[in-house]
Amino acid sequence: MSTTPPLAMVEQPIATAGLRRGRGDRSVKIRGYRAGFWVYAGLALVLVSAVFPYYWSFLIGSGDASTINDPNMSWIPGGNFFANAASVLNDPAVNFWPALWNSIYSSTLIAISVVVTSTLAGWAFAKLRFPGSKGLLVFVVATMAVPMQLGVVPLYILFSDLGWTGNVGAIIIPSLTSAFGVFWMTQYLQQTVPDELIEAARVDGATMFRTFWTVAVPAARPAAAMLFLFTFVTAWNNFFWPFIVLDRRDPTLPVALSLLQSNYFVDYSVVLAGVLLATIPLLLLFAVAGKQLVSGIMAGAVKG
Amino acid sequence: MTATDVRPDAPEAPPQRKEKPVRVLSFSQNLSRWDLKFSPYLYISPFFILFAIVGLFPIAYTAVISFMEWDLVRNSGEFIGFGQYVWILENPHFWTALRNTFSIFLLSSVPQLLLAVFIAAMLDKNIRAKTFWRTSVLLPYVMAPVAVALIFSNMFGDNHGLVNNILTDLGLPAVPWHKDPFWSHVAIATMVNFRWTGYNALILLAAMQAVPREYYEAATVDGAGAFRQFWSITLPSLRPTLIFVIITSTIGGLQIFDEPSQFDNTGEGGAAQQWLTISLFLYNIGWRDWNFGRAAALAWILFLIILVIGLINLLVTRRLVRDEGGRGVTIPRKRGLSRKGQGR
Repeated sequence: MSTTPPLAMVEQPIATAGLRRGRGDRSVKIRGYRAGFWVYAGLALVLVSAVFPYYWSFLIGSGDASTINDPNMSWIPGGNFFANAASVLNDPAVNFWPALWNSIYSSTLIAISVVVTSTLAGWAFAKLRFPGSKGLLVFVVATMAVPMQLGVVPLYILFSDLGWTGNVGAIIIPSLTSAFGVFWMTQYLQQTVPDELIEAARVDGATMFRTFWTVAVPAARPAAAMLFLFTFVTAWNNFFWPFIVLDRRDPTLPVALSLLQSNYFVDYSVVLAGVLLATIPLLLLFAVAGKQLVSGIMAGAVKG
Repeated sequence: MTATDVRPDAPEAPPQRKEKPVRVLSFSQNLSRWDLKFSPYLYISPFFILFAIVGLFPIAYTAVISFMEWDLVRNSGEFIGFGQYVWILENPHFWTALRNTFSIFLLSSVPQLLLAVFIAAMLDKNIRAKTFWRTSVLLPYVMAPVAVALIFSNMFGDNHGLVNNILTDLGLPAVPWHKDPFWSHVAIATMVNFRWTGYNALILLAAMQAVPREYYEAATVDGAGAFRQFWSITLPSLRPTLIFVIITSTIGGLQIFDEPSQFDNTGEGGAAQQWLTISLFLYNIGWRDWNFGRAAALAWILFLIILVIGLINLLVTRRLVRDEGGRGVTIPRKRGLSRKGQGR
């Protein structure tokens, strides 16, 4: 959606540049014509630094306990990755499988709830007129500056009163809504749904809910998909609150990762094998939806 | 509803004026009016009800708790006024944590934004395999901060870490990444930069793509070089987006917890609080010392700091935007002319 217009703008100059290519187009130095060698070199450097930590964790994770202390360490991975991975997976103190399951279902529930509540509220803020709408929206946006730390003490007290500390529910409930999500949906629907469409639906006698269902929901779909992705990634990687409230025996993946280092292992081969294992699910998601994530960030920026 | 007695075809609604009969609201019309009036509130209510319970109530309650000496056994508090705030402000660890937080924040956000602008400028060139490069830049963003912290604290090991091995191979002295406060901040800032630079580059790239290409052509005709074009065309158009990026990275940077808490295996912020941050201090007060009153007071202090720094950032950057002068007027007009390329 948002990526097409800029492409159209860039494509045009290439055509002209192509005509002059070959006989040294030194005269044409218009920015955006053709990327020189150094641009690719620079981007390759960025790519290498983005990939290197992944490779490093595989390198150490495939060695044994002595690898890390070996000053003449080889840059070729050793053969112990599966053994190290197995010791993470089978270690009862790490709880890898329950952690994986907890991460999957808590992130999914959170993302669904954020998408639903944000689409409903975003629709009202974007297209329906009601007293107090402006003020409420400004208020919601302002709360985006409130740090998570400001709520944790009472939330902890509340959940321990309920006997929920240690329960994954305690990390799902506080994340069920997102001020950013409401802002995102409001912006999106405001710009994509023409007012005439709503008026037409009203004239045809559609109820408000029917209008929402037939106009807003289909229009919101691309933005909803991106909001889902973002919320999922954020919830998956969240650490501060789960670290506080979850039981060490029933963690999410980031909490399990922190246990790898703090409670148990000093063996970095096992720790980094575990880090890579815990990162694989999101890498898979990224392989499938990375493009969407990219265009989501870029779309959000234009409106932000 | 209440208007069920008004039937659609109510036969005798006595006309009060002959020319203009009073409109009799049918049931469905009445329903529709109610629908129009109240359904917006119905749509926002799921968000606001949840938000009030798990978002707003805890904030207010934190304020209450911060004035209390909280008893964990009875799970209730005794009002003591500003005592907890005084305790925090008189605690030298608070000031160390404040200094560390700012140091890490500056070391991460300044190079990160400079790098992000640079990377965005490269991505904005007419490159082959655009999607590939854009996606690869975002690769670090999907890794959990905890995972990043574990990998990097391994690389920044004092004795056999990768970075020190390379340094000593080059004949340079090894750096005390964990012992020295400054170098520990550099190491932690590197983790933050790794994860967020590409993300910010994409946001800035989006803003760059919105600049009409005609500007660059015109500038080239006028004889402006690449650097001059970047300085006079690209950067001014980036300013609103820069405000957004600066504010969000301020809010995030001042709350930093994951990376410093995983920088060593005790999670205490270093033997001499070298890399203790405010959030880490808050966790230690609340869930190691089990003093909720003090943790709540610190949470409010942190919030006020974020507010003040955010406002200062906003004022400073907004002044820079106003300095832009006439350009802000001409850009929208020219944009209108080259509509076809603009979209939304």
